[in-house]
Amino acid sequence: MSSILIAVVLLATLAIIFGAILGFAAVRFKVEGNPIVDQIDDLLPQTQCGQCSYPGCKPYAEAIAAGEKINKCPPGGESTIIALADLLGVEPEPLDAEHGAEKDVPMVAIIREDECIGCTKCIQACPIDAIMGAAKQMHTVITDECTGCDLCVEPCPVDCIDMVPIETTLQNWHWDKPKNLIEMINIADTADQNVYKEVH
Amino acid sequence: MQPISLHTFEGGIHPPENKHQSTQTPIASLPIPPQLIVPVGQHIGAPAEVIIKVGDKVAKGQLIAKPKGFISAAVHAPTSGTITAIELRELPHSSRLEGLCVIIDSDGEDRWLDEIANGSHNIENYLETENTWLIQRIRDCGITGLGGAGFPTSVKMSVENRGIETLVINAAECEPYITADDSLMRERALDVIYGIQIMLKLTAAKDCLIGIEDNKPEAISALKAALKSIHAEQRIAVVTIPTKYPSGGERQLIKILTGKEVPSDGIPADIGIVCQNVGTCAAVYQAIAFGKPLVSRITTITGESINNPQNVEVLIGTPIKHLLEFAGFKQEKSLFQKLINSKVPAKPRIIMGGPMMGFTLSSDELPILKSSNCILAPSQKELPANDVASACIRCGLCTEACPVELLPQQLYWFSKAGEFDKAEQHNIADCIECGACSYVCPSQIPLVQYYRYAKGEIKEERVAQEKSNRSKIRYEARQDRLDREAAEKEAKRQARAAAAEKAQAAKKAQAAKAALAEASSSVIDSSKVDGTAVEVKQAEPVNLEDLQQKLDAAQAGLKKSMDKIAEIKADESSTQDLAVFEKAVANRRDKVKALALQLAEAKKSAPPAQQDMSADGRASLEKKIRAQQDRLAKTQERVDLAKEQGLESLPALQKGLDKQMQKLKELKDELAQFEQAAL
Repeated sequence: MSSILIAVVLLATLAIIFGAILGFAAVRFKVEGNPIVDQIDDLLPQTQCGQCSYPGCKPYAEAIAAGEKINKCPPGGESTIIALADLLGVEPEPLDAEHGAEKDVPMVAIIREDECIGCTKCIQACPIDAIMGAAKQMHTVITDECTGCDLCVEPCPVDCIDMVPIETTLQNWHWDKPKNLIEMINIADTADQNVYKEVH
Repeated sequence: MQPISLHTFEGGIHPPENKHQSTQTPIASLPIPPQLIVPVGQHIGAPAEVIIKVGDKVAKGQLIAKPKGFISAAVHAPTSGTITAIELRELPHSSRLEGLCVIIDSDGEDRWLDEIANGSHNIENYLETENTWLIQRIRDCGITGLGGAGFPTSVKMSVENRGIETLVINAAECEPYITADDSLMRERALDVIYGIQIMLKLTAAKDCLIGIEDNKPEAISALKAALKSIHAEQRIAVVTIPTKYPSGGERQLIKILTGKEVPSDGIPADIGIVCQNVGTCAAVYQAIAFGKPLVSRITTITGESINNPQNVEVLIGTPIKHLLEFAGFKQEKSLFQKLINSKVPAKPRIIMGGPMMGFTLSSDELPILKSSNCILAPSQKELPANDVASACIRCGLCTEACPVELLPQQLYWFSKAGEFDKAEQHNIADCIECGACSYVCPSQIPLVQYYRYAKGEIKEERVAQEKSNRSKIRYEARQDRLDREAAEKEAKRQARAAAAEKAQAAKKAQAAKAALAEASSSVIDSSKVDGTAVEVKQAEPVNLEDLQQKLDAAQAGLKKSMDKIAEIKADESSTQDLAVFEKAVANRRDKVKALALQLAEAKKSAPPAQQDMSADGRASLEKKIRAQQDRLAKTQERVDLAKEQGLESLPALQKGLDKQMQKLKELKDELAQFEQAAL
């Protein structure tokens, strides 16, 4: 009988001690905010384009942490969806077409400076302050910072902002993926057709 | 020097050397081509900045583009002539992209710059000259590594304080077909040794090892003879190494000669070694001793489609076509077809660089660069185009061949599947792209191209990640700024609302008081109905009260208008017309002034005998003074704000302030008069 009592008392004591330690740790090492939000935010492309219908990447990250779908980010595309699915342990889904399509090439905004009237509307629209200028002065895009989010195009009253693909230079060029046999035959065929057209 | 014990690296291959074809004749010099195409970005780093313009006459060796930034190299006119264009032209690069080129129509005289021609740039005691001067001259002469990568030599030589122990000279020339360094060493061994002496001085290295493959016996004996002739054997040793591809890789050669391995993410200087190509040594000597910039180089032209394979001293910028014509190019032999049975027209195949690491040129109009050590024009039989890859049979030959001890097969799968993070974990960044794996692959898989693709994708991803981190910071900074602005605006709005409320309350209190005063005066009225004189006298105070009320109302209106103006000014987006309100303010101010005047007159004419009235008047005056003081303080505040923000409305506000002060003074005078009268 006493051995049972000893066991009960011992276990109870242990439970109290560990409970106290856990309780202390919970208070002492409390994590401020939701760490998963930052992890999600790191995976998002930070274009701040708002195509996901949230006013930026961080708000979307917060929404995902709260259970929003992970397939609403067209700039991130498939790779972002897969990375998010990995992180959150959910099934990857195809990109939600409602929020736009993934672009093949990264774009950047360019202001046709002769036509700019200096209205500052694009400056106010740019989510990352990548447009320089002042009222009644010509504006210009800091192309190195521009994420190609499109948000400045619509507010421009004189339509002087173009979205252009980022130019390939010797610095950012890299080799293409080698073609496999089937792709090569297709290319040869189309090339043949072109030659055929040129001859006739 | 102590005998060197050689080491070896894992893997490596022994492809047919095919070097003898081009070493049968001495180095030939090419006739001056009619036109030269000189790209300004031939080196690693920022392209040079063009400093001449179209139409300029240039002499051989004249600077045409100066280095831009630290890692950059100068570009000089390779021959005398006229600049006919500065334009974008396709570069001899795997990307086939365009780059800025200076086009020079040669005058055929090949006239050196006067200073170089008359020898005034020559110096003899260069080994006693300061290092900074020597490095500056190397930079001014546009010397870049001639081994292939084209890294600016002046940058590589700025390692005086890094504790360099050994200078390794790369004379291995391990790639098949290429013999440019071989012939240089045979014919200009002394130039090479002199260059090495300069580099030893610059790097402060204790000794120098020249690593040379044993398939170049003539070059070895020439170097040894040259060393002996100037008694330089003490610090410089010629080390014969076994022929194996790619022993000429920087890291591989260092491993062979010293047994040390360069850290994966480091450079040779981290382990006290600097590695230079032999061609660079000779160029450095020419630059230091004679001030001659790098305007020509030795290039091998070889392959079965060439009649006379040989080494040629070529001016930088010479179109390859010119070189091909000189060496006798048999086009029909070099034709190749991309696919069997394909109707795509066959095109001659010309490779810049060797068969292992070179790349096929898109046309023969492209120029020779500082780093072009070989032009290879193989026949279809000699170097068949192996575009059709079969499936990987997992034979593992590539793993055995890899000189960096990577797992090429794994890297292939990862690159193909786009699993770049895994490729990175398998150290794809350490791949030197030597092509040994592709060479041994029985399935003819273009392995190196997969690795280059994966490396490019990884780099792109990294750049994108960096950019996204920057964007995040910018976005958060902007968000903070917007929040702060909104908070400031809200605080201002609340302050204004509180002020308005206060004013409202004050007005109400005044109105109540006025009503009370009227009531009391009407009592007086009714008490003294008899006597017209009294009647007349009584009419005065009523008139005063009226005037007072009117004045108060006008002042309130004025204040309201002014508030409105301030509001418009604070809110930029407001579209309301400022001018209209300003006019209204002016009108109201006039009215207030007129009323105040009237009131003052009325008061003056009012008899001071009425004790209670005068007390009342005094109280109201005092109150007015207080109100005026309040208003003044507020205006002062506004003026300060305007000053702080540098608003345009500052002068107008200042004027308003002066006027209000004036008014306050008037009121005070009035009070003083009142008091005097009361006494």
